[in-house]
Amino acid sequence: MSEWVFIGLFLVMGIVFPSVPVIAAYVLGPKKPNPKKTETYECGIETVGETWVQFKMQYYIFALVFVIFDVETVFLFPWAVAFDQMALFMVVEGVIFIALLAGGLVYVWRKGVLEWV
Amino acid sequence: MPEFTLQSLGDLIVYLGDLLRFLLGVQLGLPELVVGLIMNLLTVVIVATVALLIPVFTIWLERKVAGRFQDRLGPNRVGPYGLLQSIADVVKLLGKEDITPAGADKVVYNLAPLLSVVSVIAIWAVIPFGPGMIGADIDVGILYVVAISGLGTIAIKMGGWSSNNKFALLGAFRTVAQLVSYEVPMIVALLIPVIIASGFGARHPMSMQEIVIAQGNVWFIIAAPLAALLFFATSIAEIGRAPFDLLEAESEIVAGFHIEYTGMKFGMWMLGEFLHAFTICVLTAVIFLGGWQGPGVNQWPMLGIFYLFAKSFFMYFVVIWVRSTLPRIRIDHLLSFNWKFLVPVSLVALVVTALAQKAMAEWLPGIGDVGQAVGLFIVNAILMFAIVEFIRRGAREARAQAEAEHGSGEPGSGAHDEVSHGEASPGEAAAAATHAPAH
Repeated sequence: MSEWVFIGLFLVMGIVFPSVPVIAAYVLGPKKPNPKKTETYECGIETVGETWVQFKMQYYIFALVFVIFDVETVFLFPWAVAFDQMALFMVVEGVIFIALLAGGLVYVWRKGVLEWV
Repeated sequence: MPEFTLQSLGDLIVYLGDLLRFLLGVQLGLPELVVGLIMNLLTVVIVATVALLIPVFTIWLERKVAGRFQDRLGPNRVGPYGLLQSIADVVKLLGKEDITPAGADKVVYNLAPLLSVVSVIAIWAVIPFGPGMIGADIDVGILYVVAISGLGTIAIKMGGWSSNNKFALLGAFRTVAQLVSYEVPMIVALLIPVIIASGFGARHPMSMQEIVIAQGNVWFIIAAPLAALLFFATSIAEIGRAPFDLLEAESEIVAGFHIEYTGMKFGMWMLGEFLHAFTICVLTAVIFLGGWQGPGVNQWPMLGIFYLFAKSFFMYFVVIWVRSTLPRIRIDHLLSFNWKFLVPVSLVALVVTALAQKAMAEWLPGIGDVGQAVGLFIVNAILMFAIVEFIRRGAREARAQAEAEHGSGEPGSGAHDEVSHGEASPGEAAAAATHAPAH
């Protein structure tokens, strides 16, 4: 339990420590904003249209593939932790699970999702 | 009062901890809970301060070493050997104006650089510095590291999205594609040391301290060289270093996600990035290079800190070396390399390691840690050779196919006159193709 208290304290300190120089810089630094200065930077020309536009679909597909894999690999951690107490049979079961994961990868590959278009 | 002996000189930090606990608990009579809280707070402040001061040194080191790689001197004006350069930079950043671009999402914009530092510094809570010297010895250490470093991806996404800048948004999207993809082989590669630690008799094989203790006889880089390579390569992608620095590719999208940040907030991005670079070196040292293990560490536990940092700085040198050697790769190559090479290889390595480890434990029970490690090393070496041979075959086939297309397509066009002479035997054509530039 005290370990998790430690980690909680660590996270709080992790926010506080970097905040100190940021606030110090805010206090010490000059503050003279003007409309030209706060303009969006874009190689010297004015930016055209909205920034938050619809984006290339490919990025979302990769994120989706990642989610599938990440959730499944989390199931493998308990398997790896209990490895020493397992019989060969249970290891083979784990291998079958990994084979199913690999099957998912093959499916995605064959579907052409991994091609960058 | 804890007695001060020669032994406690070697174990100074643990001794000081015991002494303080005694002073607070027995001398002042504070309740157990308060003493624990004070001790925890003190450790947090010390570890976090050390972690935050490391980049001040590593930035100088990186600039110096990268300078040497490029046949320059690197920083050499401020202080001896330019050692105070980073401190001068911090002072300069303090005096810079903090500009928030028009139309930015202010809350997210200000929170993002802080979150990026938190995501890295929180990893240091579970780094074992020596026997008994660890912030929090939780039994899910590796899972914690993976989970916390996922926060960094969100921080970069937040920064890129909230800046209201198209370069920044593009950088943030590339981040999602890259960091998220490379996390898959990294997690699978991390399963392998957990399995081996479990086989070496660690009761909680995900705890960082027990992983280091399990490496007492033999380091995991011997037992799992493939996993070590996979972890190191994917970690370089996770910190966004060359050759995987697409998130901030200067020549393409200027600075990527932190393009609109100025002053100290920009400094926080840099701090988080350099600290992350060093942190993955520490993680590699802890998980694969034996952490604080080394000669004499059981008599003098303080030596463990030295060993850990020596190994980490060696790995950091390798990171700079890689960065100075390899050019940036293209985004489609980057993703293909991950999904079509690293992910299958990591899955195969995991299956082979699990089966080999279990088979040795079943049928060769008396060979001990070292015997198992040697067996796994041989298996890994065979696997690596097979992978290289497999790729070589594939490349040869692709080349032969390209060659065939080359030969049959419009013999008289003149553009391919090298082959259209008609005399070249297949062997000579193949030899010519190896020297010819790719089409």
